[in-house]
Amino acid sequence: MSEFHLTKNLFDGVSAEPIRAGFGRGLKTAGEVDSRVVALCADLTESVQMHLFRDAFPERFIEVGVAEQNLVTVASGLARAGKIPFTASYAAFSPGRNWEQIKTTAALNDQPVKVVGGHAGLYTGPDGATHQMLEDIALMRSMPNMVVVVPGDSLEAEKATLALAANGKPSYLRLARDKTAIFSTPESPFEIGKAYVLRKGHDVTLCGTGTMTYELLVAAEALKKHHIDAEVIHVPTIKPLDSQTILHSVEKTGRVLTAEEAQINGGLGSAVAELTAEFLPVPLKRLGVEDRYGESGAPREVIEHFGLDGKSLAHKIRQYVERVPQYKKGF
Amino acid sequence: MVVTMSGQLTTKQIEQKANVIRKDIIRMLETAGSGHSAGPLGLADLLATLYFNVMNIDPKKPEWEARDYFFLSNGHCVPVQYATMAEAGYFDKALLRTLRKWGSPLQGHPERTRLPGLENTSGPLGSGLSQAAGVAYSLQYLDNQLHRFVYCVTGDGELNEGNIWEGAMFAGKYKLSQLIVFVDRNNIQIDGNTEEVMPLEDLRGKWESFGWHVQEIDGHNIESIQDAVGMAKAITNRPSVIITHTIPGKGVDFMEYDYHWHGLPPNHEQAKEALRELRTLGGKVKHEGMSV
Repeated sequence: MSEFHLTKNLFDGVSAEPIRAGFGRGLKTAGEVDSRVVALCADLTESVQMHLFRDAFPERFIEVGVAEQNLVTVASGLARAGKIPFTASYAAFSPGRNWEQIKTTAALNDQPVKVVGGHAGLYTGPDGATHQMLEDIALMRSMPNMVVVVPGDSLEAEKATLALAANGKPSYLRLARDKTAIFSTPESPFEIGKAYVLRKGHDVTLCGTGTMTYELLVAAEALKKHHIDAEVIHVPTIKPLDSQTILHSVEKTGRVLTAEEAQINGGLGSAVAELTAEFLPVPLKRLGVEDRYGESGAPREVIEHFGLDGKSLAHKIRQYVERVPQYKKGF
Repeated sequence: MVVTMSGQLTTKQIEQKANVIRKDIIRMLETAGSGHSAGPLGLADLLATLYFNVMNIDPKKPEWEARDYFFLSNGHCVPVQYATMAEAGYFDKALLRTLRKWGSPLQGHPERTRLPGLENTSGPLGSGLSQAAGVAYSLQYLDNQLHRFVYCVTGDGELNEGNIWEGAMFAGKYKLSQLIVFVDRNNIQIDGNTEEVMPLEDLRGKWESFGWHVQEIDGHNIESIQDAVGMAKAITNRPSVIITHTIPGKGVDFMEYDYHWHGLPPNHEQAKEALRELRTLGGKVKHEGMSV
């Protein structure tokens, strides 16, 4: 396993950037690398950062208007004609509105259509529940043939975009709107299907995806003073899940918590629960949004309200670790 | 046989092909025990014309890089496409009897990855037109392949779907002149006649207002179909739609015009009767007396 380089000033003045910005840069680079890459947008070009690609390759950029069903079905046709189409809108609309078209014309049809869902999760803040897409991971994870990637920061989003341009598969890329911490470095590895151990520990495994990975790093640091030595795994690919890395860790720590900016039903937490229940049934707790909708507020305010900031997570993890014993083989 | 040149078969030969295709449809559906009868029978003339006299295709090389594309948007009508493809030589006719059976490449609704020669996977309505538009966009704007055409068949009930009009708006905006869409105007859908379930008229006006060149033809007149395609190809500044009036259940008297046959297969006795009628062309020629 290649080592994951964390940025040096992780807890003190860490730099921040919207994850979507990394996608914008990555797509432009993907366009330079492969002339088959085309981009389609549903009237949100700057918002989902497709303008960099549009300005560099205007002949390969297609505006489809506010029509998400058409967005992915035209992309399916472009893929049939040998192109690698990236489609972008807000996750609430794509895949929120066009799930069936994605299933039939991209996934079942096995065409390399890339569905990029911007403004996903709670960081969409003031726009409220209609736009804070929380069900997309569950929707896309249930679809055979589909790859599901949730980058942890903007640097990783850039690498993920390039990787998805080359994977030849229908794929979903989830992006967040607001600035979030950049915990990786340009040297950090990204490979589709790999999870990365960011911090080694023995007392508990913490699995995070997207923006929640950084919050878990913050939580793990805070737990040190309570003598809890947490292992933090970053899971940027929800599907296919890196079973080996996760099972290897929980075998050592004997309990696991997951964190995601999404519904706990059907998301990363469910994926890890399914895995461990089948192969190594350790105690598990899912942290995220618990079967309710979000609401308007400043992004950070909403995150804190749902208890998904590092400090709140540390508190929940500590409570859990103090209450629930580690699984030992044969108990 | 390589089917590449327009006008290769005579009108009479195409009509004979269409009749063979209808008989195959009846046999396939009877064997399958489920599936749609009316739509596929109504489309036999159109598909026979497209596959034998219009499209630049090579059944022995389904992925031939210079081919025209065919997208069936109303996937439930796929028995007519399977029967036509078999007649054109894409695969052995024996395969037709496996329709809807376990392990068959002939799925109940078409799946591209299972059968060479299919360009798309369809069934859920309303998406094939947009997929065809995607290919047409690529040919026109990205690949500089201006001599190739993309043919798409949609149902009329299917036009209830919003996705269709999103695609229509898109093709209109980009003036996708290599896109030629046939609307199978047979006036039926599952719950009844189209104008009762969800009125489509003024259908011509709808397409025109979306920036399309519109023609209306008798979908059982081979020469009309060929002429309309010729006109559509000559229109270079707009996508083309050909409202193709067909008789649902065409060729089988007890199925014609009856929406109850939209989603039903014939049973053994009905299939026998249907085949007798198709063999005699509705009593116009002497019964061959062959067993079913």
